Amino acid sequence: MKVNLRINGVNRSADVEPRKTLLDALRENFLLNGTHAGCEHGVCGACTVLVDGEPVRSCLMFAVQSDGYDITTIEGLAPAPGELGVLQDAFCETHGLQCGYCTPGMILAAHALLQHTLTPTRDDIVEAISGNICRCTGYGQIIEAVEFAAARLRIANTPRPQHGMPAEADKPVVEAK
Amino acid sequence: MKPAPFDYVRPSSLAEACALLAEDEDARVIAGGQTLVPMLAMRLARPARLIDILRLPELSGIRKEEGAIVVGATTRQASAERDPVIRASVPMLARVLPWVGHPPTRNRGTVGGSIANADPSAEIPLVAVTLGAEIMLATPDGPSAMPADDFFIGPMLTTINPGECVSAIRFPVWSHRRVGVGFFEISARRSDFAFVAAAAQVALDDDGRCIEVALGVGGVGDRPLRLDMSPLLGGKLDSASINEAVNAASVDLDAMSDLHASAAYRRRVAVALCGRALAQARVNATAKSIGGAP
Repeated sequence: MKVNLRINGVNRSADVEPRKTLLDALRENFLLNGTHAGCEHGVCGACTVLVDGEPVRSCLMFAVQSDGYDITTIEGLAPAPGELGVLQDAFCETHGLQCGYCTPGMILAAHALLQHTLTPTRDDIVEAISGNICRCTGYGQIIEAVEFAAARLRIANTPRPQHGMPAEADKPVVEAK
Repeated sequence: MKPAPFDYVRPSSLAEACALLAEDEDARVIAGGQTLVPMLAMRLARPARLIDILRLPELSGIRKEEGAIVVGATTRQASAERDPVIRASVPMLARVLPWVGHPPTRNRGTVGGSIANADPSAEIPLVAVTLGAEIMLATPDGPSAMPADDFFIGPMLTTINPGECVSAIRFPVWSHRRVGVGFFEISARRSDFAFVAAAAQVALDDDGRCIEVALGVGGVGDRPLRLDMSPLLGGKLDSASINEAVNAASVDLDAMSDLHASAAYRRRVAVALCGRALAQARVNATAKSIGGAP
């Protein structure tokens, strides 16, 4: 069956068997190997991608079901080849990864959270990555990475105090969207 | 972990979907697929054909009716969780939705899918039975409906016939001014299947007396069960009367035993959680009279 998708901003199509999951289609048909195959039955979250901006498990969705949707994979988060996005960079700085297997899923789940709010509480972060299993780093540094990225993004979006103006602009926090 | 081959059809109308289901007994409905796809991956299910109903316009959306909110079967659990109408009018559903799976599964999983799947520990069927919701069905002979309590007949078993599909769930709305809900569940890990879940909804009059009450437990029996709390009507819902009513209603509660929890444990926890859920519902209903906050 033919499927048409928009993947990381580019229209793509492929001819797939109905039983092929979106995960396998991304890896085999579109050669986007950043989406990792873990348990392949919806437990581990390693295969998380964004479908129309919201995190879903690509192993729990057949490619034919995703026809016409807008898919974002980890490859779509980097601003340019060889560069890292703010969140990806934060994972490196806080040692939020070791083997890296769960990392693409963690980052996409966290990315969706930060699209909704730049002032997540620790509970919000824990809930957002609750469907993603990490077996080596431990969750502490991953949560720290998301907090760190949120703080950086807040600062990046806050107007700077200018010469001769009150320093009020240090305070407000800008909500995304 | 790869499913066996199947045909995939995406019908353009509900009538076409029912016709396809009626003509092929090896066909199965797929909507969000959050339970079915793992079953296919592990080859515990091998349907010859999947009928994808997720994009059927007749099945989506949340609408108000006289005394009820009708939630279309393919409404995503995540959209229902964020919906202001559900939060205001079916607070028990809004309260349990964060406990259904994880954010990524709620983004795909549907309200109707959880009903049709009929897992005895699932939260949405528990709400449907506790509140006395109606399950709306699309059948080859047209629409029909049945009470949730009759719809669930056992673990993963419903009265649904070949050719039929859940089209919506009609949740009754309590119009009283002071309505509160309470919900507790015990599972091995947050968002895992509940060993026991208890949901309560109470309405109080201006003097704090109970004028309507509903209480249900999930994960205990082979389907969600509603407990008779009529002895609480007219009373003040103090802890003594709650304990008495819950103990009386749970005397012949049929509890399952499995690897995770024994029947005795489930019954004991059910009694404790029922009491807590009712107390929490009372507190939430009482709070409405002071600030008017939900």
